[in-house]
Amino acid sequence: MNKHFFGDTAVLLGRSLRHITRSLDTIITTAITPIAMLLLFVYVFGGAINTGSDSYVNYLLPGILLITIASGIAYTTLRLFLDMKSGIFERFQSMPIARSSVLWAHVLTSLAANVISLVVVVLVALLMGFRSEAGVLAWLAVAGILILFTLALTWIAVIPGLTAKSVDGASAYSYPLIFLPFLSSAFVPTATMPGPVRAFAENQPVTSIVNTIRDLFTRQPVGTDIWIALAWCVGILVVAYIFADISYRRRIS
Amino acid sequence: MLTGMSIPPDQVRGSAIHVQGLEKSYKELQVLRGVDFDVARGGIFALLGSNGAGKSTVVKILSTLLKADAGTARVNGFDVATQPAEVRESISLTGQFAAVDEILSGRENLVLVARLRHLKEPGKIADDLLRRFSLAEAGARRVATYSGGMRRRLDIAMSLIGDPPVIFLDEPTTGLDPEARIEVWQAVRELAGQGTTVLLTTQYLDEAEQLADRIAILHEGRIIVNGTLTELRQLLPPAKVEYVEKQPTLEDVFLALVGDNGKNGHDRNVGADA
Repeated sequence: MNKHFFGDTAVLLGRSLRHITRSLDTIITTAITPIAMLLLFVYVFGGAINTGSDSYVNYLLPGILLITIASGIAYTTLRLFLDMKSGIFERFQSMPIARSSVLWAHVLTSLAANVISLVVVVLVALLMGFRSEAGVLAWLAVAGILILFTLALTWIAVIPGLTAKSVDGASAYSYPLIFLPFLSSAFVPTATMPGPVRAFAENQPVTSIVNTIRDLFTRQPVGTDIWIALAWCVGILVVAYIFADISYRRRIS
Repeated sequence: MLTGMSIPPDQVRGSAIHVQGLEKSYKELQVLRGVDFDVARGGIFALLGSNGAGKSTVVKILSTLLKADAGTARVNGFDVATQPAEVRESISLTGQFAAVDEILSGRENLVLVARLRHLKEPGKIADDLLRRFSLAEAGARRVATYSGGMRRRLDIAMSLIGDPPVIFLDEPTTGLDPEARIEVWQAVRELAGQGTTVLLTTQYLDEAEQLADRIAILHEGRIIVNGTLTELRQLLPPAKVEYVEKQPTLEDVFLALVGDNGKNGHDRNVGADA
């Protein structure tokens, strides 16, 4: 590893964090869709949904947190795409720096931006009556899973950032990701769904992650769900990282 | 022909850029078909060619952003394929579009590059360059508010940080107004005056004529001619004496009308006090 890796990553991280603090609208836009969904489902549809849980906001929050991450990573793609297009990516790559620090700075920025958005969404949920008995360890576990999920989706986001030809192309991929929680246990229990839909919902990554977070919040035993959730996160992370690395190598050769 | 001249080996070792037999294709499209040239230390070398001639491809290979399919290229004595890290220590690239960070201020852009070059006192380096490029007043403003000429000046200033011995300028004045062009030209001349080797690509013939010690024309993937302006002129029949009424060009008129009032005059003094 290049001896400047950590120093260069820190410098470049400082640069893209400034992008976030100077365009706070990206944080607000990231948080606003999930907050709108939270309001809509808790105060409009929620009354008609029978989840077996006392409070629908408690039931809904884990899925909303995943939607927050899915909409947040679109900005990671956008920031990377703009760097490629403006030529500043090439400028960095032609400088005597640890080259991979350019990507890592974007990945860590994505993590920071998503953590801020997640905190905002959780605060709104608290105002809406979300309550959890979870202890410090359970909260840490929730944070760990969310961070892992953010990293996995961020490496997916890096791929279109490096390869997209237009801004529209760079953000189109995130819509299916935002939609995926609807076909899971995030909004309604999967038991109410017809056969094939239910089979899909129960075997896609969002359900196991949502169930794990929900169990941690409600102090239920997490069972095997947590291992399935971790396996999905790590699996997506590894595969996305490999493809991102291939796209990156193509761009610099 | 001038291209056929052989260069003694000791001169090759001493040259800042040495390119031999460079080939590059994008899928079926063969962009470079065996490019050879040498650039002496401290000179301004212009690579001239129409759009799509492969000028940027040459620059990208020399700045280790692209790999050549065949041939060798050495920059500051280092091979671009086997010693890319050393090459990157020796160069600065100013690409076709001003590669500046719009959200940061001009000063923050300069500090960023100084930090990435692992230099001491990045703030002082930034302030010096802002002054040198007449950007001191705009230094704290976001680059998004800069004019095209100011961005290009900042872009070039960023390339000077760390005093790399070789600088690549890929079409540095494309899209600039005539005044900004002259500002950039002055900055480039000053660089070469300090002993920096400059490789410049351009599609403007007058730009090459104004700036370069040597000019090479890249056409259909090869260097078809390479020499000084005088040598290139000798390729055509000797000059005839004709009497022509000398009309001012539109550029003369434009610059006479807008160029010399106080505010712009200040702007145009690029690097004058360095």
